[in-house]
Amino acid sequence: MLTTLTTLPAPAVADGVFALGWLVIALPLAGAAILLVGGRLTDAWGHLLGTATAVASFGVGLAMFIALLGEDAEHRQYADHLWTWFQVGGLDVGMDLLYDPLSALFVLLITGVGSLIHIYSIGYMAHDPRRRRFFGYLNLFIAAMLMLVLAGNYLGVFLGWEGVGLASYLLIGFWQHKDSAAAASKKAFVMNRVGDVGMVLAISLMFVTFGATGFAAVAAGVGGASEATLNAIGLLLLLGACGKSAQVPLQGWLLDAMEGPTPVSALIHAATMVTAGVYLITRSNFIFENAPAAQTAVVIVAVVTLLWGAIIGCAKDDIKKALAGSTMSQIGYMMLGAGLGVAGYAFAIFHLITHGFFKANMFLGAGSVMHAMDDDVDMRHYGALRKVVPVTFLTFAMGYLAIIGFPGFSGFWSKDKLIETAFVENTVVGVAALLGAGITAFYMTRLMLMTFFTDKRWADPQTGKEPHPHESPAVMTFPLIVLAALSIFGGVMLAGDWIVEWLEPVVGHAEHHDPPIPALALTAIIVAVVALGVAIAWFTVGKREVPRTAPSDVSVLTKAARADLYGDAINDTLVVGPTMALARGLQTFDDTVVDGAVEGQGLATSGIAGLVRKVQNGYVRSYALSILLGAALVVLALLAVNW
Amino acid sequence: MNDFPWLSVLGLVPLAGALLTALTPSRPGAVLPKQLALGTSLVTLALAVVVALRYEPDEGMQLTETHTWIEAFGAHYALGVDGIGLSLVLLTVVLLPVVVLASWNDADDKDTSAFFGWMLALAGLALFVFMAQDVFLFYVVFEATLIPAYFLIGSYGHGAERAHAAMKFLLYMLAGGLIMLASVVGLYAVSAANGEPTYLISELAAMGFDKETGRWLFAGFFIAFAIKAPLFPVHTWLPSTTGNATPGTSVLLICVLDKIGTYGMLRFCLELFPEASRWATPLVVTLAVISIVYGALLAIVSDDMLKLIGLTSLSHFGLITLGIFVMSTQGMSGATFYMVNHGIATAVLFLVAGYLIRRSGSQLISEHGGVEKHAPVLAGLFLLGGLGTLGLPGLSPFVSEFLVILGAFDYHWVVGAFAVTAIVLAAVYVLRMYQRLMTGPAGPEVADLQVREVTAIAPLVLVMVVLGFYPQPVLDVINPAIDAVMVSVDETDDPPTVPIGEVVMEQTNEEVHQ
Repeated sequence: MLTTLTTLPAPAVADGVFALGWLVIALPLAGAAILLVGGRLTDAWGHLLGTATAVASFGVGLAMFIALLGEDAEHRQYADHLWTWFQVGGLDVGMDLLYDPLSALFVLLITGVGSLIHIYSIGYMAHDPRRRRFFGYLNLFIAAMLMLVLAGNYLGVFLGWEGVGLASYLLIGFWQHKDSAAAASKKAFVMNRVGDVGMVLAISLMFVTFGATGFAAVAAGVGGASEATLNAIGLLLLLGACGKSAQVPLQGWLLDAMEGPTPVSALIHAATMVTAGVYLITRSNFIFENAPAAQTAVVIVAVVTLLWGAIIGCAKDDIKKALAGSTMSQIGYMMLGAGLGVAGYAFAIFHLITHGFFKANMFLGAGSVMHAMDDDVDMRHYGALRKVVPVTFLTFAMGYLAIIGFPGFSGFWSKDKLIETAFVENTVVGVAALLGAGITAFYMTRLMLMTFFTDKRWADPQTGKEPHPHESPAVMTFPLIVLAALSIFGGVMLAGDWIVEWLEPVVGHAEHHDPPIPALALTAIIVAVVALGVAIAWFTVGKREVPRTAPSDVSVLTKAARADLYGDAINDTLVVGPTMALARGLQTFDDTVVDGAVEGQGLATSGIAGLVRKVQNGYVRSYALSILLGAALVVLALLAVNW
Repeated sequence: MNDFPWLSVLGLVPLAGALLTALTPSRPGAVLPKQLALGTSLVTLALAVVVALRYEPDEGMQLTETHTWIEAFGAHYALGVDGIGLSLVLLTVVLLPVVVLASWNDADDKDTSAFFGWMLALAGLALFVFMAQDVFLFYVVFEATLIPAYFLIGSYGHGAERAHAAMKFLLYMLAGGLIMLASVVGLYAVSAANGEPTYLISELAAMGFDKETGRWLFAGFFIAFAIKAPLFPVHTWLPSTTGNATPGTSVLLICVLDKIGTYGMLRFCLELFPEASRWATPLVVTLAVISIVYGALLAIVSDDMLKLIGLTSLSHFGLITLGIFVMSTQGMSGATFYMVNHGIATAVLFLVAGYLIRRSGSQLISEHGGVEKHAPVLAGLFLLGGLGTLGLPGLSPFVSEFLVILGAFDYHWVVGAFAVTAIVLAAVYVLRMYQRLMTGPAGPEVADLQVREVTAIAPLVLVMVVLGFYPQPVLDVINPAIDAVMVSVDETDDPPTVPIGEVVMEQTNEEVHQ
């Protein structure tokens, strides 16, 4: 009954517990407002309030989720019209919420992982004089992200979309007294805005085509729209998704975003915000299912990015940047799933959630390591840390096993399903995804070895200074333990195909197709490729001595990967440079030609210039005269015509 | 009280206040004129609130007062407001007390009484411009605004070239005024030829013009309004003015007075000369699009923060003009709402920049850095103004900017695609300026804002947020007036190409209501 997408049942009016969607958003929003407007008055307890609102929001979200579990599959969509946002002519945009199986999962992920990261930040930011402000921004982010996933129309999504962009800007630049942080935050916002061009145009095209921007209305109309129109909408949405989810060609901001405090990297630039593009495409399945060209473009972008990010991850010595490259790559996997259509949406979301667990886990673990190492991020200065930070090490190891896809761990189930689906659709894509899994195993093992194993390289040979690493306080290790457990057991969502059936009311039902080779054999091949990646890392990193400074006589590929595959160079050459040159050229043009014509200083000498000079002697008198002259002219002219 | 001349009183109160303020003993830094000015501006605000409460959105032009003024010309003293006029009246009266409070010490070294007197006079005349329902009256008050504007720039500006800037501003405006005068006279000629001469807008609109006459008359008005707004290529007075005037003056000039240009396009060009407006649309749309991109690019590389903010307005006026001339409900309602929002967001930027310049003594961006460390409140408010300017959803300018882009896209997707570049360029000019001013290692000590300074800005920020989430009350006032403009230009919105969505949506709504 849910085989065709355009016959989705209309969402029911939210009542009872399902009408609490607004509260989920309002709680962290109120927290942000109090902390940011209240200023220093709230310094003493700001972090506690910020954490409390996130946890409370999780509580409400959990209650809603449990209630939703109790409903039949056909009755799991609830629309809530809060108020009319703006209505002009045929355009009627409501502040509308939609609570359905897809948004329900996101609410739990955002508030759940978000709460853990709030708790962790109490310890991580304990010595920062602006901690209260940090929690205000975190709350703002949570509220905006919840708006993004709970909105019932595309403009509501866009409100959250740009809201998380703002929060991300503020948090990347939290230590804005550092020039690098200020530059990174601006870069992130501007590159996201390039993507937002796509969003705005897509919404415009939807309105011109369907006269509406709500999910239900657009979904109902797609049957009547031409494929070209739907392809255009799909490609524009993809542009938006590329910006937010750091997919090629708008990937360049994510590595710089690591300038932000580490909990920010965990929450925003790993677990939640950067996955918004995947959400957008999954949510817009009714468009992409009818837009084959756009869908192919999603797959191409995804494959390029999953390899691009993985290659960068291999060459980074900065632990956070290695993880950031990995995030880019893993989102590529999710995008791939979303691009594969009905067969892949559920697995994309599944991987999105497991990745949210294990990547948040590892980023927070990296933060704990940095805490121990006096905020040094260079893995070449680490080594043998497993003994001094045992909890961090063990929890990080769980995340590591999950991401490489060690059998039984959460990432194993989700990545396995994605690669399998990719092989069903297209062998080339499947091979690329398989290759990515091998590279992932390599760079993650390299990171693991350089940080927790190998010889210790803590002391600075020049100054002789040596950090004295210590385990983080309980307020930081508790979230690590919870996330580690989730990294291990997150795969349970696939038990009995639960997540696939759960999302069916949103993304539709896919007929099962067998991969070209038996699924079990494919799994064995994936595990073998992963083992190969681990082995290569073991022999090239683990078995050798790690130099404290990065060697410079490396291959061309390593050099390229260290330079983020020249993404910035390409942008600077093709976009930033020419735009700035054009702007400067126009500035000269404006001064000499446009204004010159008026001022008579440039190319042209006009009568006005002479007039200016004359009038400037005793200009007040002349002014009065000219007004008088004007008035007299009116009267004369009128009289003349009147005659 | 039905016959009470609310609008006359509304306009005359600030003018009377101006006179009173100017007559107080002009000791430099005297407090009395400031208090008088603030008091007058608050009374004006209260009066405008009363007017707004008496206003019925669906009843067209109202609170009208019509008296014959010069019978031989058909000139009347005719006032009235519709949704468009009322929005701009409210913008003016909200900004006036804000500017007075924010400019409190800006003329302490000069003739304080006259400074605040001119401000009130400027606002009072602007109110009459937005309320005038007679072309002749409009022209007279339009020209009259130049006198206070001229003195505010030339005598009180902070820039080194203020005398030159004031003269440049004046000559530009006089040139525009003279061109408009030709059309004003022409209107008289045509209406006189048709019988009784009249300058009443309602009668002129009903009269209609033959094609060629209409186009000539349109051109006269449009050129004047294009200079006022301004549009490329007649914009160069704008950066030189904002670069030399006090920030408070710039707010009155750019956020209020320049709206006369775009307001005039709606009220005069479209309503009086619909045929000519449609005829000129391709050219106007092109100029608007050039202004959007050109202004934004110049803003990106400007090193003078006051000029930069002026140049962003060139880009915004391009968008407003574009919204008007695409002639769709979304475009024109969006443009009208844009006039209000631009006024508020740009005022925040100008005034906070002014606070910073008073402290640092320089308006060059390159001479600043790390201000946030010392003055987080100042930096925060500046960022909020900037976020408004770049159209962040959740703040009111987003709604209007989106509506205009939507209207442009509906007109032609290529125009929409050019217009939408504004959202990227705006992010660049705002955040680049913020980065260079506020971030980085702490610079020289800068005192954070005082209570007075925050009090002046806070209402504007509040308005941006409230209207960002709930703009509908304002749109409910604007929409009926725009519907009337749509009728007079004889345009209807294009229906959706796939109307199924609407049908299904109605069904959904029915189910929802059951």
